[in-house]
Amino acid sequence: MDFPSYYLDHLAGGRLIIGIIACIHVLINHPLAVGAYPLLTYMEWWAHRHGRKDLDELARKITFVVFIVTTTAGAMTGVGIWLSTSVFAPFGIGSLLRVFFFGWFAEWLVFISEVVLIMAWFLTWKKADTPEKKRKHIRLGIILSVMSWLTMALIVAVLGFMMSPGDWNQTRAFVDAMTAPLYLPQLAFRTAFALMTGALFVWFATFFFTKGKDNPTRTWVVARLSHVTMTSLIFLLMFGIWYWLRIPQEMKANSAVALLSQDFAQWHSKFLTLLGWTAGVFCVIALGGMTAPRLIPRWALLIPTFLGIWLLSHFERAREFMRKPWVIGNYLYSNGIRKDEVAFLQHEGILKYATYVKYRTVTSDNKIEAGRDVFMLACSRCHSTTGLNGVVEKFTRMYGPDEWNAAAMKGFLGSMHQTSTFMPPFPGNDAEKDALVAFLLETRTTRTPVSGAQSEGISLPETLTR
Amino acid sequence: MNLLLTTLAEMPVPRDLPLPLPLPATLLKVLLVLFFLVHILFVNLTVGASLLVTIFEFMGRKPGRERYDDLALAFAKTVTVNKSLAVVMGIGPLLCINLVYTLQWYGANALTGHAWLLIIPLVTTAFLLTYLHKYQWESWRHGRRKILHLATGAAATLLFLCIPFIFLANANLMLFPGEWEKVIGFFSALQVGNVLPRYLHFLLASVALSSLFGAWWFWREDAPVPGFTREQLRRTFYGVAAAATACQFLAGPLLLLTLPGIGITGRLYAIIIPSAALGLLTLLLLLKKWHGPDSELGREHGLIWILFSVVVLGMGSGRHAYREAALATQTAAIAERSAAYEKALADFNESHHEQAIPTESPEQLFATCGACHAPDHRLVGPPLQEIARIYANNPAGIVAWAKAPGKKRPDYPQMPPFAHLGDDKLRLIADYLLATAPK
Ligand code: HEC
Ligand code: HEC
Repeated sequence: MDFPSYYLDHLAGGRLIIGIIACIHVLINHPLAVGAYPLLTYMEWWAHRHGRKDLDELARKITFVVFIVTTTAGAMTGVGIWLSTSVFAPFGIGSLLRVFFFGWFAEWLVFISEVVLIMAWFLTWKKADTPEKKRKHIRLGIILSVMSWLTMALIVAVLGFMMSPGDWNQTRAFVDAMTAPLYLPQLAFRTAFALMTGALFVWFATFFFTKGKDNPTRTWVVARLSHVTMTSLIFLLMFGIWYWLRIPQEMKANSAVALLSQDFAQWHSKFLTLLGWTAGVFCVIALGGMTAPRLIPRWALLIPTFLGIWLLSHFERAREFMRKPWVIGNYLYSNGIRKDEVAFLQHEGILKYATYVKYRTVTSDNKIEAGRDVFMLACSRCHSTTGLNGVVEKFTRMYGPDEWNAAAMKGFLGSMHQTSTFMPPFPGNDAEKDALVAFLLETRTTRTPVSGAQSEGISLPETLTR
Repeated sequence: MNLLLTTLAEMPVPRDLPLPLPLPATLLKVLLVLFFLVHILFVNLTVGASLLVTIFEFMGRKPGRERYDDLALAFAKTVTVNKSLAVVMGIGPLLCINLVYTLQWYGANALTGHAWLLIIPLVTTAFLLTYLHKYQWESWRHGRRKILHLATGAAATLLFLCIPFIFLANANLMLFPGEWEKVIGFFSALQVGNVLPRYLHFLLASVALSSLFGAWWFWREDAPVPGFTREQLRRTFYGVAAAATACQFLAGPLLLLTLPGIGITGRLYAIIIPSAALGLLTLLLLLKKWHGPDSELGREHGLIWILFSVVVLGMGSGRHAYREAALATQTAAIAERSAAYEKALADFNESHHEQAIPTESPEQLFATCGACHAPDHRLVGPPLQEIARIYANNPAGIVAWAKAPGKKRPDYPQMPPFAHLGDDKLRLIADYLLATAPK
């Protein structure tokens, strides 16, 4: 209500962009940083112990790839999460930051050391030419591995807290937020995932930097890394179950919607089957690598890679969706309305206190325009009008293309949080329900998408009634 | 009072987030200025150095002047490191500004939304081009490839020169919420306040700082780049730094004169003028070194850095003083409005606490179902008439269905489950439904 709305109609209001950026970030960070650093350090150490120049050279080449990707797309998508949440959910990120400042501050310090270390590690690799220097260089790799894991550990605290705020609501204390119930299982799950996919990434990269099936460098990598993949897979499944069991009950009720959208709720069981397939393929590849490494061709590794990407994207998506309707569980809804405000706003009206709206009260003349503002405030953080996840399409699915019944729609708004538990209650008064319905009926016929403050500017009410 | 009211009428007065700041606001503002200066130092080193790299490489493309090409490569190697530091060091000030200027900063971000999000791909591309430029230096050294190489470097530099506009537009726009109503997108945001002089100031500082950095970097070894002595390089870089700093004495006053009056205070002048005087001293020192004998070049380098840092700190503090003054009216209004809102809310919640959760009547509970079930015609679900026929004398059946609806009618959508209402409420609903449904 207090921030101009950046809004993209065709992209479900635009939140999708946060999701995409966050997914790319995680998909780079987990395998290439958290997972690969310890494995590459291990390779370097082994090469040093056993005088295997070939392995050292291979580790350096793979580190080059990691270095390039993490310091460009990796770092920028990390920053991108900040940049995108600040336009799509300023109230959410602003509130989280006030609670989690020290966590993020600590994460920043760790992040600085991580970036300095990866640059130092890669850029001094060739200069470490004596055993003494090499030992130091390896130590650098170990510290880097620890730091990148710590970065993840701190961020997971924030994510975990968003889903299940633990005791935070009573005490509002930072430590409570850090020890929220989902923290440990999520961290464990991500660690196992990072190692599993990191191993696969190093394995895959090895194919590009080595030639020949019986190449001793390649055999070494495949033999070791298939074991790592297998072990991490077992842990991944264990931690996945632990995580699932901890997800609070009411969120579980939502997870059919979470994993896919409501249309596909019935496909939930199918999703589980596919999840099983992912684990199965990882298992087969790992077993193959352990027993018959030469039989596994390069392209075969692409299958688990894509499945891994798919699995993680879904994991993130499920996490995002299961959180609905909250940004901060039991405190702040996804549309920026606090739980303790709802009754008040239902009584007084949401427009009366909003900052960036044209009208403060609904009249018969301004009904449609006021309804548009209500839509922007109450629905636009999750829905578009005519685009992806559009309300017009949603109501069409409910009432058919032309027989929209204004009274029934108004009734729906009154109990929308009951009908769909992933939606917040309607945060406005009766007149505003009517206005929203009028706006929706209008939009159904005109099909003109709404635009956000970035392309239309802001409008302020004529007089500021306080 | 009247003036205040008219200003406020054009200025959005949002309400602040009701959560307390994690640290005192003053401390956060001090941190903001300090962290920001560290960040902008590395940004300067990235932007300024990549500009110089492009120029050196261009100079080095003629036969007999290859040493400039080598100089460009040696300098380019620092850009790839400094650009990463610029990004990580940017998080700290971002955290602080998000906290202390939540409403103004996020508001500006949203108003320039597309450009703001474009930062991510633009910076990523600039970084990738920088790496390509650095790592292909040897293999793209000759013939047509050299042109490609030059173009790669120039493209990265061009991006580095454009991206700061987005940040500047935001940092500028947040200062003038009274102008927000006129802003439609990024380009119109550039017309608020004085973005262009500010950019010029930034660009000159980038060139000056990168040159100073070059003067330090290439001094560490006796023959840092083949074809140059370290004295030659230091002299050149001091010269460039002096030229850029001299230009600041035009850009600086221009910046000050074009600032909107709203934030100009005596305090601002009290900070800016001594800093500018110190800047003049730095300039004279640089010129002296540039002109003087080789034997003098090794001395007083640290002093130049110290002087420069103090000047930059002065300018940063001046900026901050301006920001505080420009936002003072709005900040006071925000505090007042937020407090009034929270009080009204608390009063309401207090007085409605007793009758807060009146046990909902079966009729109210049934409204949930009413959104989809009408008495005698199809809405989303089948009419109540039909339901009452199927479940006559069987309310428990309705409860069971509502908790886990099946899929019965092929031409109807799926009914959502209502298990979260609980058995008791569902039973009330079912009884009500059966009692009131038309027969
Ligand atoms: C917290 C995010 C959120 C907010 C805010 C929100 N919705 Fe929804 N809404 C959803 C989700 C998620 C769905 C389910 C999408 C799907 O699977 O089809 C949904 C579904 C719907 C449906 C279809 C319901 C059904 O049973 O098929 C309608 C209609 C709807 N929303 C209208 C609205 C309106 C109107 C508003 C604003 C007053 C609103 N929503 C606010 C998240 C939200
Ligand atoms: C989002 C719209 C929606 C809401 C809200 C809704 N229903 Fe339904 N209901 C349906 C649809 C659609 C069907 C038809 C499903 C089918 O037959 O496949 C249906 C069917 C039914 C049936 C018929 C089952 C049968 O055996 O034929 C009952 C009973 C029922 N609903 C009860 C309820 C109750 C009780 C509520 C409120 C707690 C409720 N419904 C809320 C959409 C809804």
